[in-house]
Amino acid sequence: MTENKNMKSKYQPNKNGYYGQFGGAFIPELLYPNVKELEENYLQILESEAFKKEYKDLLQHYVGRPSPLYLAKRLSKKYGATIYLKREDLNHTGAHKINNTIGQILVAKHLGKTKIIAETGAGQHGVATATVCALMNLECVVFMGEIDIERQAPNVARMKMLGATVIAATSGSKTLKDATNEAIRYWIQHPETYYLIGSVVGPHPYPDMVARLQAVISEEMKVQLKAQKGKENPDTIIACVGGGSNAAGAFYHYLEDEEVALIAVEAAGLGVDTGKSAATSQLGDVGVIHGSKTMLMQDAYGQITEPYSISAGLDYPGVGPLHAFLHETKRAKFMNATDKEALDAAYELTKIEGIIPALESAHALAVLPKLALKKDQVIVVNLSGRGDKDMETYIKHIEK
Amino acid sequence: MKSINNIFKEKQHVLSIFFTAGFPNLEDTTKIIAELSTNNVDFIEVGLPYSDPLADGPTIQDSSQVALQNGMNLDVVFEQLKTIKDTNTTPLLLMGYLNQVIKYGEDKFCQQCKDCGVETVIIPDLPMLEYKNHYQQLFDRYGITNVFLITPHTSEARIRKIDALTKAFIYVVASASITGAKGEVSQQQINYFERIKAMNLQSNLIIGFGISDKETFATACQFANGAIIGSAFIKHLDTNGVARIGEFVQGILE
Ligand SMILES: Cc1ncc(COP(=O)(O)O)c(C=O)c1O
Repeated sequence: MTENKNMKSKYQPNKNGYYGQFGGAFIPELLYPNVKELEENYLQILESEAFKKEYKDLLQHYVGRPSPLYLAKRLSKKYGATIYLKREDLNHTGAHKINNTIGQILVAKHLGKTKIIAETGAGQHGVATATVCALMNLECVVFMGEIDIERQAPNVARMKMLGATVIAATSGSKTLKDATNEAIRYWIQHPETYYLIGSVVGPHPYPDMVARLQAVISEEMKVQLKAQKGKENPDTIIACVGGGSNAAGAFYHYLEDEEVALIAVEAAGLGVDTGKSAATSQLGDVGVIHGSKTMLMQDAYGQITEPYSISAGLDYPGVGPLHAFLHETKRAKFMNATDKEALDAAYELTKIEGIIPALESAHALAVLPKLALKKDQVIVVNLSGRGDKDMETYIKHIEK
Repeated sequence: MKSINNIFKEKQHVLSIFFTAGFPNLEDTTKIIAELSTNNVDFIEVGLPYSDPLADGPTIQDSSQVALQNGMNLDVVFEQLKTIKDTNTTPLLLMGYLNQVIKYGEDKFCQQCKDCGVETVIIPDLPMLEYKNHYQQLFDRYGITNVFLITPHTSEARIRKIDALTKAFIYVVASASITGAKGEVSQQQINYFERIKAMNLQSNLIIGFGISDKETFATACQFANGAIIGSAFIKHLDTNGVARIGEFVQGILE
C-alpha cells in the first residue's frame, strides 16, 4: 500500500486523475455514475483499517506474500552484475495480477457489488479475477479476445473451472484491446456490475487504484534489499509493460528516488519498424484509449492500430497514463524486446536458473544483454509471472 | 445550412437520422444527406467512423468497419461536406470519438467544421468535466456547440448542470445501453422520460438509442422535442440501398 508521504509527489495524479497531461476520465455519460462512485470511495476504502487488514491477510496467507527476492547467481555471472529476481511468478495463480484482484474485490465488496466483469489478455488477470470471485462467492464474467482464447488455452480452462463465464471478443484484432472494448460495452449495459480492470489503464481512478494495489511489489523490494544487501535502493529496476501494472508496482516506491534507474520494456513483436509490434512508446502518440488520455498506437486519423506481440499480455496498443508521463519526463527509460529475444531469454533463464518465466516477463529479461552492466551494479528484474500458460508456445519454438 | 435552433423553433417534433459516413460506399455521404433532406428529415447526424466505438452496438460497429475499409477519414468527409455547403439546407451534426479530434488537431477540426457549416458536434466520450476544463473555450471560439448525453442514471443535479451548458439540445439516451435498435419502449423508460420532461429544462430534448420505427418515434415525441434513429436506418440502408431511403423515412413520418 501507498504511504501518504508520496501523496504530493509529481508522480501521483492530481484530483482529476492527471499525471501531467496524461490521465483523466474520458467516459461516455452512461458510465459516469459507476466511475464517480468508485472515484469518491476508493481512497477512503484503501486507507481504511478494515481494508488494510483484510488485504494484508489475504496477500500473506492466500497469495503467499511476500514474494521472494531471489539473487540469481548464474544469471548475475553471465551478465556481470548483481541480478535479483522479484518472484511474482510464485504468487498464487502465477503472476502479479492477483495483488490487484484481491484489492479490487475487497473494494467491490465494500461498494456492495455482487457481479464482477473483467478483461484479460494472457488470461492471468482473468484467472486472478475468477479466483477471487470464487473466494468471495461472486458472479464473474471475463472478456477475452478470440485469438488469446486460442493461444492461452490453459488459462481459459482454469477460468471455467473456477466458475467464470468467458465471453469471446470477436471484433478488431480479437486481442486485449477488443476484450476491453467488449467489457466496457457490457458495463454500459449492466451498470450494476463492478468492472475489475487488470492494469493501470482505464478512466481515473483505475490507474491510481491499480498502481496502489501493485505497490506492494516495491514496498517488499525495499525491505528485502535492505535485509539482503544492506540498502533499500537497487541501481536499476526492469519490468515489462503491457498496460503497465507490474512495472507500476515495481517502480512505485522508487519513483521519488531519482538515482534508481527505471527501465520499462515493451514488446517489439517482430521488430519496432515491421508493422507487427506493440512498442507503444516508440510507435504511439497522445490520444484517448479506454477512457484515459495517454500514449497509444494510431494512424494519422486517430484510428487505433492493431498491435502485435507473441505475448498476449503485452499485445496492447496503449500504456497507462503514469507510464506515458514517466516516458515524457524521461523518469523511466523505455526499451523493447522482440518475440525472438524474449523467447531466447526465457530459454536461458530456464536453463541456468531453473525458472520458466511467463513470456511477458521474458521481455524484461531480454534487455539484460543490451545493457552495459558493471559487476557491483544491483539490478532487480520484476519476474511478473510464470510460464505454465505459455508452454505450448515454448514447445513449438524450441523445436525449431 | 439552417441552424439547429431554428428547426426547433419551426417544428414541435423533429426527426433526426444518424448514418455512418462512408457506408455503404465512400461516395454515399452526400447522396444520403440529399435523400434525407428531400424526405423532410429535420437534422442529420454524420457519424465519423471509428475503430473502437465504445458506445456503439454491432450495427454501427460494422458500418464503421466498412466505412474505414472504404477509405473514409476526416479529410475525406470534410471535403465531401464542403461540396454541398451551399446547396444543403438541413442542419448537419458530426458525431465521433474524442481520439479522432485530438489526433486530427483540435483547432483544425473546429476550423473544418466551421468551413463546412457544421455548428454542432456529439462526442460521447467527452464528459462535462473534461469539456469545461479543456474544450469549452476552444469550441466557443469557433462557434461550435457540444451536445451532452444524459441517461436513466444521470442524477438530477447533474442534468441541471448539463442543461445550463447546453445550447442545441440534450441527447436523452433512452436506456442503459449502447446504440442498437430495440423493439419497443418499456414502462420503465416511459417513467424516465416523464421524469425528465417534468424537470422543465431550458434545453430541447432529443431521445436516442433504441428508437427504430414509427411507434417508438411517436412515443419519444410525447416526451421530447423529437428523436434520433441510427442503427435501424443503417440496417435499412444496408439491405435496401441509398435509392430507397425515402421509404424508410416515410415509414416513420407518415
Ligand atoms: C505475467 C504477466 N506479466 C505482465 C503482464 C502485462 O501486464 P502489465 O503491464 O499490466 O503488468 C501480464 C498481462 O497479462 C502478465 O500476465
